Amino acid sequence: MANLTIDNRKIEAEAGQFILDIARENGIVIPTLCSHESIEPTGSCRLCVVEARQGKKTRIVTSCLYPVAEGMIVDTRSERVMNVRRLVLQLLMARCPGSEQLKEMAAEMGVEAEPRFVPDKDNVKCILCRMCVRTCEKVVGVSAIGFSYRGPEKNVCTPFKEESETCIGCGACAYICPTGHIEMETTETGDSRTIWGRTFKMKICKVCGRYFAPEDQLAYISRRSGVPVEDLAVCISCR
Amino acid sequence: MEEKVKEIIQQYSGDKSYLVPILQDVQREFNYLPKDALCAVSTHLSVPISRVYEVVTFYKAFSLKPKGRCQLILCMGTACHVRGGELIASNVSDILGIKEGDTTADLEFSFETVGCLGACALGPILVVNGEYHGHMNIAKSTKILKKLGKKGATDDEQD
Amino acid sequence: MTSKIKSFDELKSVQERLKAGRDPKKPCITVCVGTGCLAYGTKKLVENFHEELSKRDLADRIAFRTSGCHGFCERGPMVVISPEKIFYQRVGLADAGEIIDKTLLKGEIIDRLLYVDPATGEKVVHEDDVPFYKKQTRLVFGLNSKVDPEIMEDYLAIGGYGALGKALTGIKPEEIIQEIIKANLRGRGGGGFPAGWKWDATRKAQGEPKYIVCNADEGDPGAYMDRSLLEGNPHLVLEGMVIGAYAIGSSQGYIYVRNEYPLAVKNIHIAIRQAREAGLLGENILGSGFSFDVKVNRGGGAFVCGESSALFASLEGRAGEPRAKYIHATDRGLYDKPTNLNNVETWANVPFIIERGADWFASIGTAGSKGTKIFSLVGKINNTGLVEVPMGTTLREIVFEIGGGIPDGRKFKAIQTGGPSGGCIPEQYLDLPVDFDELTKIGSMMGSGGLIVMDDRNCMVNVAKYFTNFLVNESCGKCVPCREGIRRMRDILADITEGKGREGDVELLEKISTGILDGSLCALGNSAPNPVLSTIRYFRDEYAAHIKEKRCPAGVCRDLITYSVDAEKCTGCMVCAKVCPTGAASGERKKVHVIDQAKCTKCGACRESCKFDSIIVR
Repeated sequence: MANLTIDNRKIEAEAGQFILDIARENGIVIPTLCSHESIEPTGSCRLCVVEARQGKKTRIVTSCLYPVAEGMIVDTRSERVMNVRRLVLQLLMARCPGSEQLKEMAAEMGVEAEPRFVPDKDNVKCILCRMCVRTCEKVVGVSAIGFSYRGPEKNVCTPFKEESETCIGCGACAYICPTGHIEMETTETGDSRTIWGRTFKMKICKVCGRYFAPEDQLAYISRRSGVPVEDLAVCISCR
Repeated sequence: MEEKVKEIIQQYSGDKSYLVPILQDVQREFNYLPKDALCAVSTHLSVPISRVYEVVTFYKAFSLKPKGRCQLILCMGTACHVRGGELIASNVSDILGIKEGDTTADLEFSFETVGCLGACALGPILVVNGEYHGHMNIAKSTKILKKLGKKGATDDEQD
Repeated sequence: MTSKIKSFDELKSVQERLKAGRDPKKPCITVCVGTGCLAYGTKKLVENFHEELSKRDLADRIAFRTSGCHGFCERGPMVVISPEKIFYQRVGLADAGEIIDKTLLKGEIIDRLLYVDPATGEKVVHEDDVPFYKKQTRLVFGLNSKVDPEIMEDYLAIGGYGALGKALTGIKPEEIIQEIIKANLRGRGGGGFPAGWKWDATRKAQGEPKYIVCNADEGDPGAYMDRSLLEGNPHLVLEGMVIGAYAIGSSQGYIYVRNEYPLAVKNIHIAIRQAREAGLLGENILGSGFSFDVKVNRGGGAFVCGESSALFASLEGRAGEPRAKYIHATDRGLYDKPTNLNNVETWANVPFIIERGADWFASIGTAGSKGTKIFSLVGKINNTGLVEVPMGTTLREIVFEIGGGIPDGRKFKAIQTGGPSGGCIPEQYLDLPVDFDELTKIGSMMGSGGLIVMDDRNCMVNVAKYFTNFLVNESCGKCVPCREGIRRMRDILADITEGKGREGDVELLEKISTGILDGSLCALGNSAPNPVLSTIRYFRDEYAAHIKEKRCPAGVCRDLITYSVDAEKCTGCMVCAKVCPTGAASGERKKVHVIDQAKCTKCGACRESCKFDSIIVR
């Protein structure tokens, strides 16, 4: 057990839990951009920073990864914290000037764009929250997409920016992408979908006759689970 | 190519932790990292190709494109910078007609800058195919390129 | 080749035997073949010596040794002749025969190869009298000139591995850790964290196996101390690591060497093989029951891999992205196991502390920073090289007494310490004692020990832009403040150097800096603003000149300067016209030349080639 204070409220938590999770459990809102309940936190957007004091030491830390401890005092809106959040949003808005979500988030937090940051002209929507890559690696398990290059050149792509043979067309990355950067197009009939430059044939549900999942995805699940593909050819609604 | 890659991986006992040195050895073998070689590394080392690609593009040591027959490296460490490295870099770029990190279209010359060669007493330094040329300056760099066959703009009047 | 030594007593007798077998009076020629001197071509000099010695059939009478870096890199190639320790510098590659004939055989000194003290004009014969060396305390680095890095017996002959023997046979691991804590050995890689506490935390951590790592990434441009230690005396570093492993309870170590150090990689591999053969590494070291071995892995070219969690990622075969350090590496580091990482120079200090005691070590240096530090003194300095001094030595002593001051009669302007994570220190702090805490107080840091000297022809805004640009290229890209913030700072700095700076830019840089400092995920990001902040702090007027007056006082920023010819000094020699790539500089023989501003690209070729100092840059 750990007794700590968050924004002057006394809170009880289990030692070792992350500040962000405890805050959420107690109705304290901390903004995030790279956090998702189904994947491990990565601490890359830095929006969830808080000021944490333990004894004489005060640190600015990302609440998604920082474990609570007995006697900790947390301030989720100190001046230093707000400065970091402001900077992060200003930088992201300059990187993705077309993003309405970022503009909304900034407006909510009272953050205005910094005129001296010349907005990028390459129409990138990706904010490098890393959710797609983490999902593909840890949840789906194929690691079809990954990062390439580093620093400002860093981007998410398939190896060599070519069609990936490991991709199963599941669309989990497109689903979890918060900005709509990852595009998945499905034909009108639904018989195929295209993502990351590769087109996948969709399988028809044995029961209702609708297209529901890529054949490659079912083949992958079959390989991993040992269940024959034909037994998997039933969509969720019909199960 | 696949055999050579397998051989290199064997030298490191197939240990995934040695991905970086393995790639360095593969690059030394082929003068760059061809896509097929990288796929072979992925297969025989059991590392997803997306991670191999990430590592290759993350580290500066690796090149996905063939290097020139003549490789020029200019040190841009702080000591060389304060001794005028920037102007030498511009000069070499201008004469070769390529940006730092690129190779000339005819694959004759590659020019790159590195963080530090650690021979600061000789700074600025231009390395030509592994040979160190210290106390470099603009005039000397022009001369070296001329000797290698790349002429400067006002070459007709020189010497 | 030394075969397996099975006990400390046996080690002692091997050491004694080797020492006795080396007659200190026998003439010995030592040639430095560190990477710096190799760049001067010393390989040929060494071949020359071998040839000349064999021609005269002297191989038995005169010993010959190649060694690692001696430190006085400005004066290479260097040859030291023992036992007198005659110091020859700037030796010609074909001088071997003359040196043998005159000095070795006839005892004559070759004047032209002697170092001339610029202060007195006098020639210096002996190494210890050379001002550059005299003022140093070459505790750790001094051993380089006594050993051939490929010959372990050289190291054994001077008592090498004695500290290890002492530790393994007579001191408990916890006691060793206490000794390191008492000595207050602080990390020499940049952080300055007390090594003893790190060792203690790792020892006490839960989890097996425990790893120890040697950080030989040395990413700071201009710093090459670690390379020279690893190249020149790899056994010293290995010995330190084995002692540390024993104290911590680790049986597996890693040495992570920067890709750009092939000679260091080669020499450490040789040393490891030799140490294994001698029973000083591997199973049951010196018969003590303690086993420990080392693997070597290489970097791929990324400054960020000097940061411990990024280094571990790289060691694991992944991209070097750091992790938030809320859980210490000592609890979960490499492969998520308790890991103790220390810098090369830190490991190198360990045998000395065990051999001579913590009290002795703590008697050197200042209250907060004990021992000596090896610095690389580079840039606008006369005596470029590696310098070892006790902590607390002032910058003035280092730059002027050891470094010999600024070349070409120019004026000292600033000294940059701590690499891209550090700051620029101006003239008013030249009397600052160099110590971890003093440097941090004035806005810089010790860092790995690179000291870059700048003169009045260096522009501090340009320097800030250079470091910031370096960090843009080296950022891993994982977190927003660093990936996006540093490039925005670089863009603003670029504007300032191009005459496009605006009112408020300096204040904005300061504001962004705070956000990056507080918000970044790792030490690369949160120290990235240091070069900018320190140059603003001490050279604000230079920024103001660039922004308000569109002027570069140092004459560096190309968009803000013009090149012209001083009519009074120009002799009409036509050299500038010849080297000018655009034809901007022109004139007739013996007539004053002119520079056509429309064509001038400010490339600097004319100023560089003019022998009459008649090119004005404003």
